[in-house]
Amino acid sequence: MAAALLEMRHIDKVFPGVKALSNVDFTLHAGEIHSLMGENGAGKSTLVKVLTGVYPKDGGTIHLNGKEIYPKTPKEAQEEGISTVYQEVNLCPNLTVAENIFIGREPRRFGFIDWKEVNRRSIELLKKLDVDIDVSKTLDNYPVAIQQMVAIARAVDVDAKILILDEPTSSLNEVETERLFRIVRQLQKQGMGIIFISHFLEQIYELCDHITILRNGELVGSYEVAKLPRLELIAKMVGKNLNDVKDMDKMAEKSVPSDEVFIETNHAASTGQIKDVSLQIHKGEVIGLAGLLGSGRTETAEMMFGLKEVTGGSLKINGKEEKLSNPMAAMKEKIAFCPEDRKLSGIIGDLTVRENIILALQAMDGMFTHIPYSKQVELADKFIDKLRIKVSDRDQLIKNLSGGNQQKVIIARWLATQPRFLILDEPTRGIDVGTKTEIQKMAVELAKNEGMSVAFISSEMDEMVRTCSKLVVMRDRKKVAELTGDQISSEGVMEAIAGGEK
Amino acid sequence: MDKLKSFTSSSLFLPIVALAVLLIFNGIFVEGFFDIQITEDGRLFGRVIDILTRSSSLVILSLGMTLVIATSGIDISVGAVVAISAAVVCTLIGGRGDGAAETPMALAMLASVGIGILCGIWNGILVAKFKIQAVVATLILMTAGRGIAQLLTEGQIVTVYYKPFASIAGVIPGMPLPTNVFIALAMVLLVVFVMKKTSIGLFIQSVGINPTAAKYVGINVTLVLFLVYAFSGFCAGVTGLIESSLIKAADANNAGLNMEMDAILAVALGGTLLSGGKFYLGGSVIGAVTIQTLTTTLYALGVSADQLPVVKAIAVIAICLIQSKKARDLFDKWKSGRSAKAVTADAKAVNKA
Ligand SMILES: Nc1ncnc2c1ncn2[C@@H]1O[C@H](COP(=O)(O)OP(=O)(O)OP(=O)(O)O)[C@@H](O)[C@H]1O
Ligand SMILES: [Mg+2]
Repeated sequence: MAAALLEMRHIDKVFPGVKALSNVDFTLHAGEIHSLMGENGAGKSTLVKVLTGVYPKDGGTIHLNGKEIYPKTPKEAQEEGISTVYQEVNLCPNLTVAENIFIGREPRRFGFIDWKEVNRRSIELLKKLDVDIDVSKTLDNYPVAIQQMVAIARAVDVDAKILILDEPTSSLNEVETERLFRIVRQLQKQGMGIIFISHFLEQIYELCDHITILRNGELVGSYEVAKLPRLELIAKMVGKNLNDVKDMDKMAEKSVPSDEVFIETNHAASTGQIKDVSLQIHKGEVIGLAGLLGSGRTETAEMMFGLKEVTGGSLKINGKEEKLSNPMAAMKEKIAFCPEDRKLSGIIGDLTVRENIILALQAMDGMFTHIPYSKQVELADKFIDKLRIKVSDRDQLIKNLSGGNQQKVIIARWLATQPRFLILDEPTRGIDVGTKTEIQKMAVELAKNEGMSVAFISSEMDEMVRTCSKLVVMRDRKKVAELTGDQISSEGVMEAIAGGEK
Repeated sequence: MDKLKSFTSSSLFLPIVALAVLLIFNGIFVEGFFDIQITEDGRLFGRVIDILTRSSSLVILSLGMTLVIATSGIDISVGAVVAISAAVVCTLIGGRGDGAAETPMALAMLASVGIGILCGIWNGILVAKFKIQAVVATLILMTAGRGIAQLLTEGQIVTVYYKPFASIAGVIPGMPLPTNVFIALAMVLLVVFVMKKTSIGLFIQSVGINPTAAKYVGINVTLVLFLVYAFSGFCAGVTGLIESSLIKAADANNAGLNMEMDAILAVALGGTLLSGGKFYLGGSVIGAVTIQTLTTTLYALGVSADQLPVVKAIAVIAICLIQSKKARDLFDKWKSGRSAKAVTADAKAVNKA
């Protein structure tokens, strides 16, 4: 085999209280798409960050083309030819799309930044990804998916030897993912080495040649994709034997909803956001909101949580018409909402895991009371245990958790309020395979055992088909179909989206 | 060793060191700096006591400022609000030469604190409700405030001859310390108590760190912002009482002049980041005392009032540099560099053996 493009040997990285990487080896060849796999908190992102100089390593060596490198900042790594899209999109929301793409390496004319050229080249780059947007608008005008595409466009444009993509597809739909894959393959042909991190197994098997597995910061092994069947991969990731893994994947039976309706909307509309949604969610029902990006799923959820005003039609809870004018009003009706954008509207980064977990409950109790410390500890520990949140300490800052574990803390926050209606907007985004099934199971079990109503929004059709007793299909900010029983299938949803009104 | 380490990394480390350095400097160069005398009726005298007494206004202001800054806001109107509050209490009691009060003193005091709160509410409405940037919103009162105070005093310096008025910033017979020290102490205790017994502190931090997420967990962001500005106004109102009692007069031009800057400096020195989030009340209090000590020291060294701001500016730069990320990274690097050297030395020793 040809000499390796990148060789990382005996890499160690310690954070206060956790050994994030210990003695990890990683080898990447030119023209190879190499996946890094592992559970949440296994150390994938940390390995990437050590490689690109975000964190200093505590031990080990990195060789690029046989020469030892010591990047101390991402910029230095980039100069060595390593281009990266980090897991947490790190763009500037108040700069324009074009500025974001070219920041730090603007094309110049006579010493001045050539804005025309910046805009022209941005448009061209995005076109390659089939993204057609106004590049002179600030980034915060666009949804997470577009922002992710912009981050990718920026990384792809740099003339690099290695491209690192840390969960680039977590907010992309299938079409967008396909486009990304096309470009990645093209770069592969040009001899670039690509590191691809994702929790979507299908994508790994579709795209990658090689898999390196980490568990708890240690190297499990490196395998050719063709020689590693799916179940074996999962078994190696979670460190269990094959049979246990098979059981794990079995889904609980779907919940049978009761006749009582918890919440219903009647031709509800919200100016500019939702046109017409009528739905009924029963007690003990898991309902799925399906549709393409921008079809109004999140907006519908936000409307039921008092974040969007109902400007037409009506909204009833327990048969009584209600005006939910803010989240607290919804919370008083025992509604909970895990938002889709974890970083922006979920975590409070500089607070501890414990504080993040009790925050919603505390808000419900009111500003002038105080949940006793012992109760806070009890609650935090209960959910850290129940959701198997990987923390070194309950008083660790949440921003230092791995992406998937942050997500679990947000779910814990809402479970702690003991809601009657739980809205989960992309709850499994960035969550590892094992935990994904657990969260799906949890949703079904909460409905079955506690009679909770659950609304599930997910870009993974598969996930909704497995968990939901009813699917509401949306298109163009309207409800276009409702599927129950045997109608619930990916094809059914696709048909409804394509076919329009039934 | 471990204890030392946890102390050097604690948030109070920097403010305490700064204060200690100043005190030691004073101890060496100012004769009898630490001497405290007790008079027959139990009063305490001395330079340290003096500094403590003079700090009380700044301590009070920095309490409100800490909470405002924690929400990632700022209140630059407090100095002007001090002037308004001073004007209100003095004009209400009145400058009658026969030493009588036109309005009962308690009522006048209530009114002036009330005015402070009103000013805070005004700031709160602008920031919380109309989402005007805090600097701009409070700039309005900062510039207009002194004008309002002038209107109230009709352009005069109102001198109060009513005797009891002096006791707010003076000693009530039988007490060991001037009243304002007790007022400041009471305010500190009040705030600490409220922070301990309620979750306001947690909410303030949440709003300062991530207002969107705070909204999504049901925190009433508008109310939290409103409350901290109102409280800051309250603090300024109380300070106005003390400052006017100190000189027994309301001077619309000079009461509370530049105090907002000192308060912000005290908060920054105390370790609270101006970007909001985590806040340290203890640090702010120590910061306030430090600044007062600095001022007193400089006066003692013969620095004139005009030059004082220059020296203070140097202090601000030093503090900001020490707190900056770059400096911390350098410090970390230096530390890890040393430990790395230690490791290689160890390795060499092992190899030899
Ligand atoms: N800045 C930090 N400070 C302290 N601990 C950290 C920090 N960054 C990461 N960690 C810890 O290191 C471990 C590995 O985290 P990492 O982000 O690499 O996981 P990951 O494999 O990328 O997980 P995910 O799939 O959830 O993204 C976790 O236990 C995490 O809590
Ligand atoms: Mg990660």
